[in-house]
Amino acid sequence: MKEKRDLKIQAIENGTVIDHITSGQALNVLRILRISSAFRATISFVMNASGERGRKDVVKIEGKELSVEEVNKIALISPKATINIIRDFQVVQKNNVVLPSYVEGVVRCKNSKCISNSSEPIKSKFSVLQSEEGVSFHCLYCEHVISEDIAENLL
Amino acid sequence: MKDFSREEIDYVLDTAEKLEPVARGEIRSRLLDGKIISLLFFEPSTRTRLSFEVAARRLGGQVLNLGLVEASSVMKGENLADTIRVISAYSDLIVLRHPLDGSARMASEFTSVPLINGGDGSINHPTQTFLDLYTIRRESHLDGLKIAMAGDLKYGRTVHSLCHALSLYGAEMTFVSPPELRMPSEIVRVLRKQNILVKETESLEEIIGDIDVLYMTRVQKERFPHPVEYEKVSNKLKVTGDLLKAAAPGLKILHPLPRVNEISPEVDETPHACYLEQAFYGVPIRMALLALTTGVIE
Repeated sequence: MKEKRDLKIQAIENGTVIDHITSGQALNVLRILRISSAFRATISFVMNASGERGRKDVVKIEGKELSVEEVNKIALISPKATINIIRDFQVVQKNNVVLPSYVEGVVRCKNSKCISNSSEPIKSKFSVLQSEEGVSFHCLYCEHVISEDIAENLL
Repeated sequence: MKDFSREEIDYVLDTAEKLEPVARGEIRSRLLDGKIISLLFFEPSTRTRLSFEVAARRLGGQVLNLGLVEASSVMKGENLADTIRVISAYSDLIVLRHPLDGSARMASEFTSVPLINGGDGSINHPTQTFLDLYTIRRESHLDGLKIAMAGDLKYGRTVHSLCHALSLYGAEMTFVSPPELRMPSEIVRVLRKQNILVKETESLEEIIGDIDVLYMTRVQKERFPHPVEYEKVSNKLKVTGDLLKAAAPGLKILHPLPRVNEISPEVDETPHACYLEQAFYGVPIRMALLALTTGVIE
């Protein structure tokens, strides 16, 4: 039983552990962080793991400490995620993700007539607003507002 | 248009009023002497293009009219960003009209000279809103205004933008349209949140006696699946001499033009008709915007 557990969530020596990711969003977290096969560090992740607060996903990135700016983008799809910086198997820093007020080149505008969806040499730009109704993304080019399906509109 | 405060709008309108005698050809001006204004239009627009050209010429500026961008580098696949970089090196100001939403905002990132949005995509046409406001101020009044907007309120960008601008003046607004072309609920919600009194109805008769300004828009045939349904709606939203018998004497009727059949020709001769004067007001407004953006008037 213990061996199985180790295989599933193995501790890393140095790097970043992104914990409490909304269940099912681990692959989107990798997309947001632009982590692909070209990324040199070893990545492991668990989806739908049982945690104290219900099911969650976990992503571990070995040998790389992510910057605050990079990880805060995760809040777009997983606002309760935590970021743990690991050095020599110890958690040296633990932070909650903070929703950024502005994102560039992360989300695709849903307005098909928006200039940011054309072949111009620009990146999409959104201001991110949090209100009682939830989080909404305001395109700085066409003013279109996205308030749902953010994960489906990741670039 | 949302970037402008009421004070800034008032300043543009005040400037336009000062320049009106020049727009009418009563006084000559050399304010834009030595300036080259490039008109870069990626889609047809007779009134906007002509009024910008007239405005620049009345102020003594030279116009580089690139016409409809067809036989140019754009056809060879050049992107808008490069076109703007090149044209801005040739001119002192660019007026851009483009079919994609947000293109003017993007162009402003690549230009080295001031750029005026002459209408981009289906959302923004700020100079039209300025001229609508100017017409209302000249022919009626902006403070304490009771306005009805009628026709295609769902897709009509002029009315969306006008709603926002008029909310800065606390206008009471009535929206007259068939159910399928109603004002988007998000706009109504935002207006009510700003404590703007908003009413919605399908009947012009019901409200014609209680408004200062009626802003008509064209209902486009292609919005309806069947011509019979279009006829039904367009006949209901028609301004006729009969309808105007119940109107207040000072009622003014505006229309961004072109009109089809929503205003009967007999209305043209009444003191209510303002739409042709409105088209003229595009000249002093665009003169003011050209003068302010080039910095020849501060």
